[in-house]
Amino acid sequence: MPGISEIRYRILRRLVQVGVLSLFVAGNAWGWKVLQGNLSSSLLFGTVPLADPFALLQVSATGTMTAAKALLGAGIVLFFFAALAGRAFCGWICPVNIVTDLADTASSAVGGGSRPLRMSRNARYWVLGLSLILSAWFGIAAFEWISPVGALHRGVVFGMGMGWTAVAAVFLFDVFVVKNGFCGHLCPLGAFYSLAGRWSLVRVVHSKEQCTNCMRCIESCPEPQVLPMVGKRDGAVLSGECTNCGRCIEVCPDGAMRFGLRTQVSVKDPKEVAL
Amino acid sequence: MKNRRQFLIDAGRGIGIAAVGGLVWAGFLQGKKAYPTVLRPPGAVDEARFLAACTKCGLCVAACPYQALVLAAPGDGRPVGTPYFVMRDRPCRMCRDIPCAAICPPGALDTGLVSDGEAGKAGLNINKARIGLAVIDRETCIAYWGIQCDACYRACPMIDKAITVDPVRNDRTGKHAILGPVVHSDHCTGCGMCERACVTKKASIFVLPRRIAMGESSDRYIRGWEAGDEKRLEEAPKDTTTVTPRSGKSPTDYLNREDL
Repeated sequence: MPGISEIRYRILRRLVQVGVLSLFVAGNAWGWKVLQGNLSSSLLFGTVPLADPFALLQVSATGTMTAAKALLGAGIVLFFFAALAGRAFCGWICPVNIVTDLADTASSAVGGGSRPLRMSRNARYWVLGLSLILSAWFGIAAFEWISPVGALHRGVVFGMGMGWTAVAAVFLFDVFVVKNGFCGHLCPLGAFYSLAGRWSLVRVVHSKEQCTNCMRCIESCPEPQVLPMVGKRDGAVLSGECTNCGRCIEVCPDGAMRFGLRTQVSVKDPKEVAL
Repeated sequence: MKNRRQFLIDAGRGIGIAAVGGLVWAGFLQGKKAYPTVLRPPGAVDEARFLAACTKCGLCVAACPYQALVLAAPGDGRPVGTPYFVMRDRPCRMCRDIPCAAICPPGALDTGLVSDGEAGKAGLNINKARIGLAVIDRETCIAYWGIQCDACYRACPMIDKAITVDPVRNDRTGKHAILGPVVHSDHCTGCGMCERACVTKKASIFVLPRRIAMGESSDRYIRGWEAGDEKRLEEAPKDTTTVTPRSGKSPTDYLNREDL
């Protein structure tokens, strides 16, 4: 069993993820005014609009004019993640992360094992492009119609229906087909936040001095390609694909990883800036 | 570093895989657009634009004080994540402040469509809602059998405007009246209170989207019994002859041709 400090961020992320969803449920069921709606668009404290910028991007790809309220909401959310938190939506808000973390735990518990399919992590950018093309083609926000993310958060707040099948499919895909398959390879929402969050302020920072090259961070990272500097040099994780989940920090026995600001460590290797 | 040939092969393969996925996805989306009978909240823009604009956030559903609106879950047989009514269960109560339309962030519900004059809270007028149109099946409606029933008429919030009861002679008995309900499309909001109230086993008055419930007559007919309709003749184009390839020939030539 891992010690509590080894899953401290995981616990914190669960609290945030479940907390946000609970507030939405309370908003719908009892009219609490903290968060109403769902992750697609919502009202904070009954006044501040929030909206999924990727959903709005698809809507605009259909050529539909959106009301200012939704645009403002998308702007607020986009600013928060792009300027501050990076791809933290995936690790801290998205309820599908709970499912895929569970899938990861489940498959490690039975020894991991090789999965039949290898897939490029860049597939998600193709899916992102496809969602915009199909939105323009059919005049409906393409990903929102098949999104397991939407199926799950809408399902929890407004009633699941057959939406559990999409969620189960994501779980089974991750366990049996591709490791970190959905969040790390396919999800265009994650791809969107990877692109949008590239220049954000909050970053995981590695210090080489404390590192003992145990590689536990890379083993436990859902996006291990973002950690090329481990054991080699000091540096912040600059790839937008890092979800700021803090998994590397909590498993590091040497204190070589921590949350910091991107400005704290100067960029020495320009290659790191690349996606 | 990959050479150019390998790069082109990889790019081609990527596009191929994306095309496979995209076509499957496209087929799915095409099917998703075909739900003609779904009943949208008051102020909904036309269905094609509604499907494009709605972000599936459910704020309208949460705002409905009567919990009449439902957010479509997968398997409901409605476009997933979008709001709809099931009138037989929970009809629209026609709130004066129209909370569902007022809260909609992307404007898929447009308060301008349910307002008098300028869009705005002061001008909201729920009577302008056009959720659908009530349609009566006269074969199962017991009022049209000659049995006295005015459940839908009494339930209608626009009583005597959207539904009237028109007495006609009952030819079967020869001495009674049939008090049949009649729906008037210029006042019916499609709220569904009549469908809820209908006493038959399956409702004999039910709401359908207007684009399905209504026909459309061609505007070439002049309704001479309506004052002013004749004025449209003045605006009619002078050249109203149908032109076909045959029009160039004179009728006599045509009739005298041997291959007629």
